[in-house]
Amino acid sequence: MPAILLDKAFNPWDEVQRFQQQHLQSGHYGATASFVGTMRDFNIDESVTHMTLEHYPEMTQHFLDTLCTQSCEKFDLDDCLVIHRYGDIYPGEPIVLTVAWSIHRAQAFDACRYLMEELKSHAPFWKKEVTERGERWVHDELRSSE
Amino acid sequence: MSINVQFFASLRELLGKQQTNLEYEPSLTVSHVWEKACSGIAMPDNTLCAINMEYVKPGTQVNEGDEVAFFPPVTGG
Repeated sequence: MPAILLDKAFNPWDEVQRFQQQHLQSGHYGATASFVGTMRDFNIDESVTHMTLEHYPEMTQHFLDTLCTQSCEKFDLDDCLVIHRYGDIYPGEPIVLTVAWSIHRAQAFDACRYLMEELKSHAPFWKKEVTERGERWVHDELRSSE
Repeated sequence: MSINVQFFASLRELLGKQQTNLEYEPSLTVSHVWEKACSGIAMPDNTLCAINMEYVKPGTQVNEGDEVAFFPPVTGG
């Protein structure tokens, strides 16, 4: 049940396959639910050329590790996986992958959603987007649009 | 031992520093740490706080050797 922080692009489907082969018992799990968050080239009605994702390395790792452990227990999962980028990210690149493996589909769907929602709400990451008008922190934009 | 104070994202830019160290004093709370570390700049309303990588409220007491962090609302995923 690892959480992995990466400073370079990754292929989420390769990661799912690799993790499954290395850590899951074939024939035991019956459901795999995954979510991939990908960077858009627009946000809040403006083109975005790229962004920098800042994080608080120790706390982010600690938060995601704990989230994975709790999710496995809460949803009785066979396993789960979270991969999240940091650093410079460009449109079309995956930002985050959450995967849940379980015996039945309900737990896998619920856990995958839970992992993502908890991560979005609490994991210490901050997006700074670069647009034609310059740089902007996404949390400032969200606050000004409230 | 002192208290290590960390700032992230827009707060780091607002304050012009990533971290600072403070001398420990008894009965110090997270709010007091901000006041001492940020010399007159008010804490933005939506600021989040952590001690030793766990979320806490501004009124939480700080202990000697703690790492205290301040940051804006998170936007991962």
